[in-house]
Amino acid sequence: MTSDNTILDIETASISFGGVRALIDINFSLAPGSITGLIGPNGAGKTTLFNLVTGIIPPDSGRILFMGQPIGKKPVHELVRMGIARTFQNVELFSSMSVLENVQVGMHTRTSCGIFGSALRTPGIVREENRSLEKAAQLLEFVGLGEHAKRRSADLPLGWQRLLELARAMASEPQLLLLDEPAAGLNTNETDMLGDLIESIRGRGVTVLLVEHDMALTMKLCDRIIVLDRGRLIADGPPRSVQDDEAVMAAYLGKPRNDAKT
Amino acid sequence: MRKPDKHTIACILFAAGAAAVGLMTDDAYYLQVLIFIGINTLLALSLNLLMGYAGQISLGHAAFYGIGAYTTAVLSATYGFSPWLALPAAIVMAMAVAYIVGRPTLRLTGYYLGMGTLGFGMIVSIVFREWHSVTGGASGFVGIPPLEIAGFAFDTDRSYYFLVWAVVLFFFLLSRRIIDSRVGRALRAIHDGEHAASAMGIDTARMKLHIFILSATMASLAGFLYAHQVYFISPETFGFMASIKIVTMVVIGGMASIWGSLFGATLLTILPEWLHAFADYEMMVYGLILMLVMIFLPQGLTRGIIDLYESSRKKHDQ
Repeated sequence: MTSDNTILDIETASISFGGVRALIDINFSLAPGSITGLIGPNGAGKTTLFNLVTGIIPPDSGRILFMGQPIGKKPVHELVRMGIARTFQNVELFSSMSVLENVQVGMHTRTSCGIFGSALRTPGIVREENRSLEKAAQLLEFVGLGEHAKRRSADLPLGWQRLLELARAMASEPQLLLLDEPAAGLNTNETDMLGDLIESIRGRGVTVLLVEHDMALTMKLCDRIIVLDRGRLIADGPPRSVQDDEAVMAAYLGKPRNDAKT
Repeated sequence: MRKPDKHTIACILFAAGAAAVGLMTDDAYYLQVLIFIGINTLLALSLNLLMGYAGQISLGHAAFYGIGAYTTAVLSATYGFSPWLALPAAIVMAMAVAYIVGRPTLRLTGYYLGMGTLGFGMIVSIVFREWHSVTGGASGFVGIPPLEIAGFAFDTDRSYYFLVWAVVLFFFLLSRRIIDSRVGRALRAIHDGEHAASAMGIDTARMKLHIFILSATMASLAGFLYAHQVYFISPETFGFMASIKIVTMVVIGGMASIWGSLFGATLLTILPEWLHAFADYEMMVYGLILMLVMIFLPQGLTRGIIDLYESSRKKHDQ
């Protein structure tokens, strides 16, 4: 497991909450530029795994390396600066702000203006602000929301709000992007567009890890699928092999398992 | 050259209006009321940056107002320093105290700052009242000198009026700049969702601390201006009721609204003058207003009136 050709390494990470073992000895690495799907029944530990990688909670044991560096107990905002961005399962936009401003907030770690800078508004600060406006507009074009820059984010329909969250996450110039059920609540048309968008995000060199319940999308989009069940990693491989895996079938359909130890 | 934005134009109009009022008003009483409106506007604006934009409540803001007033009083009257030396001292004092109060409480999410500042405000108010040898105790502090610049004394109501409103205007412009910047966006993001804000890479504890310190500094400056206007200060001006009054100004005028601060401060400065007969019930009247505004116009009177106007115009058009 070398960190030269991996961007994220999870090494025997475990965590429990009040006696409930949420994740048990999870091991996997992500290759740069890959799209990996994380699936499993409800309560399998997908969200907990996301929380570990984004630094919201540290693992009880084991460790997580991002670009070869252990993330330890680094605060959430520090990990964003290092290059980890995410979207939320229940869209969490800044509702009082415009669509454009939401994307600009995403650029927080890539800009530097402080409270004095904003008050003095030096030429350097004005340049930075103009650059941020320009980049935010480009990102809105990228997700197809260019015309809606001035609208209040709360007024957008759900599908567009999800696209806006993507643009906002991309604004932090991430190396690794975590998407928490990006297609939830989208219609077929919107889901197709989302798939294309994620594909072109990968095209920009970003590694993607996504939790998704839409199997058609996951199977089409992902190079690799990791299956969790009750805190354990039960399958890991290309979509086709995972689809036919017995343990996965058992986990989803509730058949009795042959080997209870895995 | 960029076209001047709406807020700059509003500020120019406002400056012209304030200047005209200052030149045309001869009555000393009215000028004094206008000066107090200016000082209260600065206070309301300081709390609005913290509460309206960043979503952090301070229930002890009058303590910073008092720190500004007493610092300059003690330094300029007791020790004979120039008030212009006392001013930076008052500001540094407020910043240091804000840091000490804000550092532990702002690391947590929720209303810890509200609770922390509530206790802090009460402690400060007791110190003002009980530290007789320095503050003059409950009977107050007398003999604060007027402000002077190069031989020109701000000892008339008109000159002081212009000084106070120039400061207010300066902070209107400054606040708008901050709100429309990266910092302002981060603050509004914290208000909308602290969890999501930190997931965008915002160091929320640090941002909240910065705006709290700025807010305390502005309140302290208001205290400085107050002390050199009235020459006499006493502890009850800076007590718990005063803190609640500042909160009321912000809520009535409208959270997250710069002009709302002006409106809220104006209303709550004039109201007690009108309600002299009801002086004993002053707090009850505020409480009632606060309740009515929260129920019927939760975005404050300024926004509420604009909305009413717009909806009536729409009806008219149909």
